[in-house]
This record gives sequence, structure tokens and C-alpha cells, in this order.
Amino acid sequence: MTWFKRETQGIFTQTEEKKEVPEGLWFKCGSCKTTILTDDVHANSWVCPKCDYHLRIGSDEYFEILFDNKYTELDANLEAANPLEFVDSKPYSDRIKATQKSTGLKDSMRTATGKVDGVPMTICCMDFNFIGGSMGAVVGEKIARAVDHCIANRQALMIISKSGGARMMEAAFSLMQMAKSSAKLAQLGREKLPYISLMTDPTTGGVTASYAMLGDFNISEPGAMIGFAGPRVIKETIKRDLPKGFQTAEMVQETGFLDFIVHRKELKTKIAHILRMLM
Amino acid sequence: MQFLDFEKPIQDLYEELDRIREVSKKSKVDLSASISDIEKKIEESKKSLYKNLSGWQRVQLSRHPERPYTLEYIERISEGFVELFGDRNVKDDKAMVGGFGQIQGQTVMFVGHQKGNTTKQRQYRNFGMANPEGYRKALRLMKMAEKFNKPIVCLIDTPGAFPGIEGEERGQAEAIARNIQDMFLLTVPVVCVIIGEGASGGAIGIGVGDRVFMMENTWYSVISPESCSSILWRSWEHKERAAEALKLTAKDMLGNGLIDGIIKEPLGGAHVNPEEAAKNLQKKIVESLKELIPMDAEERIQERMAKFVKMGVFNEA
Ligand SMILES: [Zn+2]
Repeated sequence: MTWFKRETQGIFTQTEEKKEVPEGLWFKCGSCKTTILTDDVHANSWVCPKCDYHLRIGSDEYFEILFDNKYTELDANLEAANPLEFVDSKPYSDRIKATQKSTGLKDSMRTATGKVDGVPMTICCMDFNFIGGSMGAVVGEKIARAVDHCIANRQALMIISKSGGARMMEAAFSLMQMAKSSAKLAQLGREKLPYISLMTDPTTGGVTASYAMLGDFNISEPGAMIGFAGPRVIKETIKRDLPKGFQTAEMVQETGFLDFIVHRKELKTKIAHILRMLM
Repeated sequence: MQFLDFEKPIQDLYEELDRIREVSKKSKVDLSASISDIEKKIEESKKSLYKNLSGWQRVQLSRHPERPYTLEYIERISEGFVELFGDRNVKDDKAMVGGFGQIQGQTVMFVGHQKGNTTKQRQYRNFGMANPEGYRKALRLMKMAEKFNKPIVCLIDTPGAFPGIEGEERGQAEAIARNIQDMFLLTVPVVCVIIGEGASGGAIGIGVGDRVFMMENTWYSVISPESCSSILWRSWEHKERAAEALKLTAKDMLGNGLIDGIIKEPLGGAHVNPEEAAKNLQKKIVESLKELIPMDAEERIQERMAKFVKMGVFNEA
């Protein structure tokens, strides 16, 4: 009931949800405030070379980091419908169109297939700047088809999550994507094909409570926020302050729900290494 | 009986009825004609009032303080219920109950959220908001049902999974995700019924079934109308509008193909006549089990998966 506080930011404040990928020549790190050449940050997998801060990046960047040279995008033409004719400050379909225009994306998840350090695999990656990376029917369907593709081609699947949770404008349809994606991942599991879930900053709500937590390998990047309920909601409910480091990847690993945290520069070689040992 | 705000006209009629009865008793005048007049009026206005309830009014009824909760339904629809406690790991979650019982001779495993009827009970039951150990207790019991080849009945009634520090630390999200996935693979029949509130992940965490039903005056969605309102319009004031927008009633959910059927409630809601409500619930469960039990386990699993995989509307250019 309370997954949307973070998404609120996504809906109303355009600046906060922007990708952190800098567009100019120079980049000022939001964490250590150092000014660095953008090219140097890019060459460092969008991690600040000074303080190791992992910038929030999108599917374009992850695909570039992970795939060897080229990859093929799958199911690129799926778009959200508006089955409930949902209207808030504007009709949901208008919001979709406007967001597509401003982001150049079709929805909050893209699927691509290719080789990662020589290992063939399929990757679904979420984009937070598309309505807070919210999960609607398109996300569920993309995962469903990615699983089918992996089964048909005997490949491993990786899902990179970055999401405020379910997409309110699709209401119960969105809720059912938790079940849909989990069912498809169960099918992948029955085929004994590996599923790697990378939870990036932030992964919350119904996404965490479905496919993000169902990996054979649940992994994350340093400092990523991972949780079910948003921190504000928890604070309002229990009426006390949250412990330091609460809902960080480091804490989630400590409490037993992450297999490991990996530096973005080592991500590619590490997952390829694991898959080579298994397949 | 407690009346809700929109039930005011009926409350007025009941009060008038009481007044006339009092007068009749005191004055020893025969007022039976006016009494039956008002009784007729009550029936008529009930019929017209409850025929077309708004989404928000259904939400209100789903939260009626006198509404029957899981343990009451279990008591009414089964015999020999043995409650089973604990997740065998951390503790016993009072917001999630379960155990074996028999419905007309058929042993089933019941699992359900539990709310309380009194202030003290409400707190004891954490308002029906389970922690990870509640979901893990539910899964433990479902796996036991699978072991002994007994069908599972899940009764859903929660304002959401509990958002707390310990719950996060013990993996609230993982517990819900695990339940959803493992419920798809259960080799025994699973029947789920929303008997009150079906709020988001907390509800679907025990909501994956071969049959999913909603009782007539319940709601099921990804967010409560209040929270939806506060996000979209920055205040809880627009909960009526949010309830409409979310299309969260049983009728909407059936129309959108997201549930398999609706269970009738007595006129005015389940609390008006819990016995009748329980009877309708029992009938639907028995009917469903009759269809599901003869099926091959793998066929049931495939159909269960296919049903949920079909959910979702999108465009493909
Ligand atoms: Zn830095």
C-alpha cells in the first residue's frame, strides 16, 4: 500500500529522476564534488574515479558496459496501453507519450541479447527516468518474452532492476505483474537456467517483492538503496528514526539477502565467470 | 449495528422503527401497520442503496469493524480446525493464521490474514499487516499441505504487508516474492478468496491460486485509495476519486479478467449476516475443489501459470 512515496518524486519532480549521466565536457560528482572530465567517468563505467560513487545510469549505459561490442534489442515495440483509462493530473496515455518523447524510451524496461565476455545471455534492464522505473504490463511482458527467449536458446537471464515499484496508473494490472514475472522465472528455474538479479539504486516496492529478489544470484552495486517499503513510510509508521545504513546494499547483504556486491567495473567479468562455471 | 456514513438514510429508518415500537409498547396502541410500513421501506431503500455502491463505499464495507475475519470464516465453514503456529525460524506472526480443517469431510489447509475485533485484538493482530515471518509461516503450511496432498484455501484480508525496520531486515520483499513464486509450483489445488481488503504485495503474497475469488464488498489493488489520493492529489481527501480510478471492486476486477469470480454477500454486507456470507464462501470453495482435485497436478500448475501470464494489457507496434 505504500510503495509509491518514492515514485511520487518520479511523477512530480522531473529533475530528481533524470539519469545522472552527464552531457557536458565536465562532470561534477554529486558525492565528492570533484570536477572530472566526463570521458574519464565514462571510461570508468560511470563510476566516479575519485570516490567510487556509482552514478545512476540507464539501459543504454548498462548494455554498453556489459555486452561485447554488439547486442540485439528484443521486443522493442511494446508500449503501455491504458486499460483502466486512468487519469490523474493528465490521462495516463498522455503521460506515456510525453515521457516517451522526453526520454526516447518506450517504457521502463528494455531487453537485449548478446555476449557478455563471450557468454551468450539476455539482459532486461530498467530505466528509472521512465515514470520512476515503475512496473506495468510492458515490464511483465518483456520479462515473460525474455524468459521464453532464454529457454529457447538455453541462455542465462539477467534483470537489472531500478524502480520505485508498481505503476499506480495500471493499478491491479500492475500488481499482477509481480505474479506474472515470478511465474515466468519459475519456468526458467525449472529449465535449470541461471537467473542473475542485479538490484541497482534504487530498487523498491513490488519490484523488490517479485523478480528482483528471486535471483539464483541476488547481487547489487555499492551503496544501492534496496527495500520493500520506502524509508519515509517506515518512519511514519514506526515513528522513530531509521538506523544508519538502513536499506543500503551493504546492510541487505549483512542481513542475508544479497549474494554479493560488485563494483561496476568488475560486473561484466564476474557474471561471465559465474556463468562459465555453471553452463 | 454500526452504520457507515452512506448508510445514514437506513439508520434513520431503523431509528424511526425503534421509536414507533417504543410508542406502541408504552401506549398499548396497535401500530403494527406503520411498523410493517417502515420495515418495507427499510427493505426497499436497502435494495436500492446497495445495488449500486461506489468503489469507495465498497472499501468502507470491506473495512467494517463488524465484518467477519479469517478465523470466524474458518470456524463457520469447517470442522475440527487445528491451528498451527510459527514459521520455524523467527516467531509466530499473529497477523497470519493457518491450520488444517475439514470442509464437508475434505481436509484442507487454511492460510489467511487475521484482523482483530477489539482495540486490543487489533493491536495483537497488527491490523492484519504481516511481517516476513507471517509469509514464511504461510509458505511452511502450504508446503505441508502439499506433502500430505491436501488442497489449500487462502483467505486474504490485509491493508498491506507491514512496513517496519525488522520486517525489512528479515526480508519482507524476499518473503513475498518467494511465496508468489513457490505458490505457482504447488502440486495441490489452491483457492484464494479476498474476504476484506486486498492491498498490494501483502495480499498477493498469499494470492496465487488456481481460482481467485473476491467477496462482493471487498477491494483488491496495488495501493489503497487513501495512499493513491495522497500521491496524486497530495491529500487523502480525494479517496473517493482514487477508489474509482483504481477500479478495485470485485466487479471491476472480474471485468478486467483479473479474478475468477465474485462471492455474493448478504444485502448490506457480510457483517449483516455472517452465516449467510460463510455459506456462500463455503459453496464456492467446495465447487472449486470439485473441479480442481481431479485434475493432474502438472496440468493445474500449467493452467495456474498461464492464467497469470496472460494478465496485462499492452500495445505492440
Ligand atoms: Zn566522487
